[in-house]
Amino acid sequence: MIHPMPPSNGAAVEVDGLVKRFGEFTAVDGISFSVEPGELFGFLGPNGAGKTTTISILCTLLHLTEGNAHVAGYDVARDPTGVRAAIGLVFQEITLDNYLTGAENLRFHGVLYGLPRSEVKARMPPLLDMVGLTDWAKHQVRFYSGGMQRRLEIARGLLHTPRVLFLDEPTIGLDPQTRVHIWDYVDELRARESTTMFLTTHYMDEAERCDRIAIIDQGRIVAIDSPRALKASVGADTVTVSTADDAKARTEIAHGLSVEGELADDGLRLRVEDGEAFVPRLFDHLTVGVHSINVRRPSLDDVFIKYTGRDMRDAEASMSQQMSSNAMVRAFRKT
Amino acid sequence: MATTERATPDVHEPSLTERRAPARRDGRLARNLGTIGMVWQREMIRFIRMPSRIVSGLAQPILFLFVLGAGIKPLVEGRAAGGVDYQEFIFPGVIAMSVLFSSLFSAISIVWDREFGFLREMLVAPVSRTSLVLGKAVGSGTVAVMQGLVLLIAAPIVGVSLGPLEFVEMFGLLLLLAFALNAFGIVIASRMQRMESFQMVMSLVINPMLFLSGAIFPTRGLPTWLAVATRLNPATYGVDPIRRVILGDDASPLTYGDWVVPIWLEVLIVLALGTVMLSIAVRSFSKTE
Repeated sequence: MIHPMPPSNGAAVEVDGLVKRFGEFTAVDGISFSVEPGELFGFLGPNGAGKTTTISILCTLLHLTEGNAHVAGYDVARDPTGVRAAIGLVFQEITLDNYLTGAENLRFHGVLYGLPRSEVKARMPPLLDMVGLTDWAKHQVRFYSGGMQRRLEIARGLLHTPRVLFLDEPTIGLDPQTRVHIWDYVDELRARESTTMFLTTHYMDEAERCDRIAIIDQGRIVAIDSPRALKASVGADTVTVSTADDAKARTEIAHGLSVEGELADDGLRLRVEDGEAFVPRLFDHLTVGVHSINVRRPSLDDVFIKYTGRDMRDAEASMSQQMSSNAMVRAFRKT
Repeated sequence: MATTERATPDVHEPSLTERRAPARRDGRLARNLGTIGMVWQREMIRFIRMPSRIVSGLAQPILFLFVLGAGIKPLVEGRAAGGVDYQEFIFPGVIAMSVLFSSLFSAISIVWDREFGFLREMLVAPVSRTSLVLGKAVGSGTVAVMQGLVLLIAAPIVGVSLGPLEFVEMFGLLLLLAFALNAFGIVIASRMQRMESFQMVMSLVINPMLFLSGAIFPTRGLPTWLAVATRLNPATYGVDPIRRVILGDDASPLTYGDWVVPIWLEVLIVLALGTVMLSIAVRSFSKTE
């Protein structure tokens, strides 16, 4: 199968005015964005916002209704096979064959992607090594733990050297330690292979790692920027001071530093540009005894709440998993 | 497998780095054959690694052969056609039944794949859906034939003997039946949502197909409605030639009125239906969405 070199406009993913309707319902409502090669791109949004639908379109599992989408330079509508050959996928649900061994799963993947046997043989050991499964390669996958299965999926997703790797909630339902491991692998991988990564997640710390984040809500992209810039857009740091007399402290600070505080249950809340630099100046003007000081930067959670009105962690794992598999069943039923 | 071996450049650099997957230059045919081979191999591996499936696949035929067969034998003593007793009569039917069950079950395991995700791995791969369907049909067809052949061990106990020629003929007929039933099973599976619907398919499709196929009772001397129903059932045309090969032409062959339906016509009917089913299966798999 010969694929001409893709038109090189450079972007790893290029989406332009993408619309997807299911009957009357508009799941994706004219989104546009692009992902640079080598970028770790986060795609966040509440459940039902259109995340899974968008990913399914980019992976050629769903047809788009309107607009254009290119992945690795290939048009998802006109050249789905080109797209499929250029991408790797790690879905939230396991798509391994339980009765095959780890090595067999990889070998079969190699066949599906038309890799010569010699190449599969050459690439398998370092990949298995990277995900720490060398000793398990000859065991059937049903004896693996959840974390091991996930790691094998990541190794499999990389076997054919995809230019774009889609990670759809890759660590959902895994324990914190396994998540850390997986992210170590992903970081190592980015350093080594400069693979473009397209990530969806409900975990703030994972979103934090992204070069850029797009937030999608009700089928529209409501914000897109680096995590730092997004947090800056939310506004100031919050300094919370608990003192012997909060009311008196409030007056002193209002006079001395011209910052109007707000009395709350846990103390006096102050909104300032640079919280850490503000703390020493605070002491110059306070005469009351200080019990505790807390400086809080705006988090991506604050960003998420600002743009979608919902908490990032509200999205339950089970819920989102359910929705995604329904989308899959839907996609398949119509095949 | 069918992927061609090529000298890989940069062998001195075995790390994961830099090298993008090489342009896939293998012919389309080679790719598709490779995929069919892979799906087939997967079916074989799963068959071997799930001994419970082999055992449960044998349980029902053995029950029919030795319990039902032995129990009914005295009842119809001396009345069975062509000088065979009931246990001999039912033996080819039981082999066909085993193929029928195994074929439909394993074809329907696509639904299982769907629930457990491996189907998605295959659907997002850059391969033709046709080769996936073909691999599946050939793979679970092979499994079904193996299930059927295991029952030949029982032949001496029942009092049936098979020459090498009969064996080869029967092998071919089983393969044909398995292929057609698999294609049919895949068509059912592509319209099925969940594993739970399986029970319904079982009672509305598989059991009627079995009972009306002439596997359990002769297709002659039946009430008219039943005679018509058996002759409308495609499985009948798979079961009858198998019985005639094993027991000879006298053992109550399929007739239209007084006309004995020739084996070649039966084979042709099964082949035609199988091909039609396969093309429907391929079509229902080929469209995304």
